[in-house]
Amino acid sequence: MEYVISVLLSGISVGGQYALIAIGYTLVYGILRLINFAHGDVFMVAGLMGIYLTAALPITESLPLVIMLTVFLGFTIERAAYKPLRSAPRMSVMISAIGVSYLLVNTATYVTGGQPMTYPSIPFLSSTVNVAGTHTKWVVIITPFLVLALVLALTLLIDRTKIGMAMRAVSKDFETSRLMGIKINSVISVTFIIGSALAAVGSILFFTNYPAITPTAGTMPGLKAFVAAVFGGIGSIPGAVIGAFLIGICETIIKGLPSSWDVSVFSDAFTFALLIIILVFKPQGLFGEAATDKV
Amino acid sequence: MKQNQKNYTAFIGIAIMLAAVILLENISAIIPGLPQVFSPTSPLFTVLKKAAVYSLVAVSMNLLNGFTGLFSLGQAGFMLLGAYTYAILMVPSAQKDQVYYLFGGCAFDFSILDMFEGIFGSSGAGYVISLILSCLIALILAGAVAAFFAYLIGIPVLRLKSDYLAIATLGFAEILRAIFQWQKLGKVTNGANMIKGFPTFSSFNITGPSGQVILRLSTFVPFLISTVCIFIIVLLINSSYGRAFKSIRDDEIAAEAMGISLFKHKMLSFVISSFFAGVGGALFAMYVANAQAKAFTSVMTYEILLIVVIGGIGSVSGSVIATFLYVACSEWWLRFLDSEQYIGGFKLPLLRNGFRMVIFSVVIMVIVLFFSQGIMGENEISISGLMKKLPGKKERKQ
Repeated sequence: MEYVISVLLSGISVGGQYALIAIGYTLVYGILRLINFAHGDVFMVAGLMGIYLTAALPITESLPLVIMLTVFLGFTIERAAYKPLRSAPRMSVMISAIGVSYLLVNTATYVTGGQPMTYPSIPFLSSTVNVAGTHTKWVVIITPFLVLALVLALTLLIDRTKIGMAMRAVSKDFETSRLMGIKINSVISVTFIIGSALAAVGSILFFTNYPAITPTAGTMPGLKAFVAAVFGGIGSIPGAVIGAFLIGICETIIKGLPSSWDVSVFSDAFTFALLIIILVFKPQGLFGEAATDKV
Repeated sequence: MKQNQKNYTAFIGIAIMLAAVILLENISAIIPGLPQVFSPTSPLFTVLKKAAVYSLVAVSMNLLNGFTGLFSLGQAGFMLLGAYTYAILMVPSAQKDQVYYLFGGCAFDFSILDMFEGIFGSSGAGYVISLILSCLIALILAGAVAAFFAYLIGIPVLRLKSDYLAIATLGFAEILRAIFQWQKLGKVTNGANMIKGFPTFSSFNITGPSGQVILRLSTFVPFLISTVCIFIIVLLINSSYGRAFKSIRDDEIAAEAMGISLFKHKMLSFVISSFFAGVGGALFAMYVANAQAKAFTSVMTYEILLIVVIGGIGSVSGSVIATFLYVACSEWWLRFLDSEQYIGGFKLPLLRNGFRMVIFSVVIMVIVLFFSQGIMGENEISISGLMKKLPGKKERKQ
């Protein structure tokens, strides 16, 4: 029983972290129709920045700085690598995204020397707590609540504010919204800023509970978060969050199955099998079609 | 007449190139005292072998991405299938216990090499014949297995639109990688460990009775196989099927209106591309002398995709040129960036392990953003075209 609870707890927490990344994918896809392959690597870079900055500054200054720098990185990537290709075919933009991902991974390898880096322990988040007889870190408990709060704030932003209305309009029809006087470029930048900020928060939560960061540490969480976004119906924020929680829980359950079955190697493969099944049978995802809240 | 003449010059050009490769490989044995570059251990030959293998994979990817307009990222998965098929079929029975020692032997006690050695004998000319035949059959089977799986996965995923197709094929490759690393299948795939002990490129070097090398063919063999495969792909592209592929790339709806069956042709392109990716994977296994699922990650697919982009999406010769440039830069010419360098007493800044790849990715981004046509765009280099440009040659009316 205790084992089941601990597996479920960590599943929910991993799911919450995926959700924060998945929102970045789903927002960008909703507006640009682009799979931002570099998003997972932005997440990884945020993790590395966390390591270097906490070594130099106190936690209270370094963590906000991590978020700000990640936002700046996401903004720069959009301006430098995606904006020049706005009228190019979709394949070129996707190739550019893959190129950015390659660049980020290689730069990270260069900076870290390819060594796995240990994430610093953040006071409170890293300390252990006893829940229903299992020991776990505070970050595991906090993640789902933090995710829900952030998602709620984001939903309010999209539903109630002017920029949110602009984002909804752009995702419905790129050209028409431009004719209506919406500044497409600033809307897209805001999208990337929100996505990167959430990825930075996600990275703080994710890597606190993770042994080490390698330059490719962002690839798998990134791809899984994308699958979560597709699962929930790409463009829909609640869909992405629910998809991410489901994938996180399923993945931890597979990892937690008896080792004699030896199926833990399939924890990544499961996600992709799920992706193919969804794409074939319900390509619009769980909430894709009925999405009036499409962003 | 025009076409015949073109083919004729192409054949001569290919034959000259292959002969030049053999000569280059053996020149250090014929003329002693040549620079270090020509010795068999020089990076030149590593580059040539690897580039020969990669160029086949790049061209196969270009067939799909550049000529049919299907954005697939599953290349590494199909290479993996080819590599493992080749490896499992070719490890001699005598070596199997040693390779699969963790799993107490192999469940699949059969080797094509042994089969032919049983027919032709295992020494002298008999060994040569059985090596060549078994290698050929194993390569074709490697391609066939990859093609078969491509067919299976193609049925559902080829109906998807561009970026969904990309992510679904990428996912398929990741699933394959997980399956091949599964310990439960260890008796076949050797789990997460590598399979080795099968014939590699150096097995084709002709050796004398006491084991010394008489004629090196280890670079010639990948060149020959890749050339033949790329030639077949070029023939396909120039056929009516190739024109159908291009029409699908340019406008799916118009192509369908002209009576081209979209699904049939997409499937054909996907299966053929995967076939050659499988052959390329088997060649890759021969190049690195082992087969291990760990090597065939999505990074490998990205690398090949970037090669295709550098060469020009939709140009076979561009892909080949880009492969040789890319491999030569990454394995040889830019190696110096990875270690500390001094000019006089001045230590160059920034140079240390990993800097090469940073420079590389920056160059790639510049190409993607500012030279999206790549080296060749959609043009091709042809030998007859080059001949015309040679000085002193009069333009002939064809």
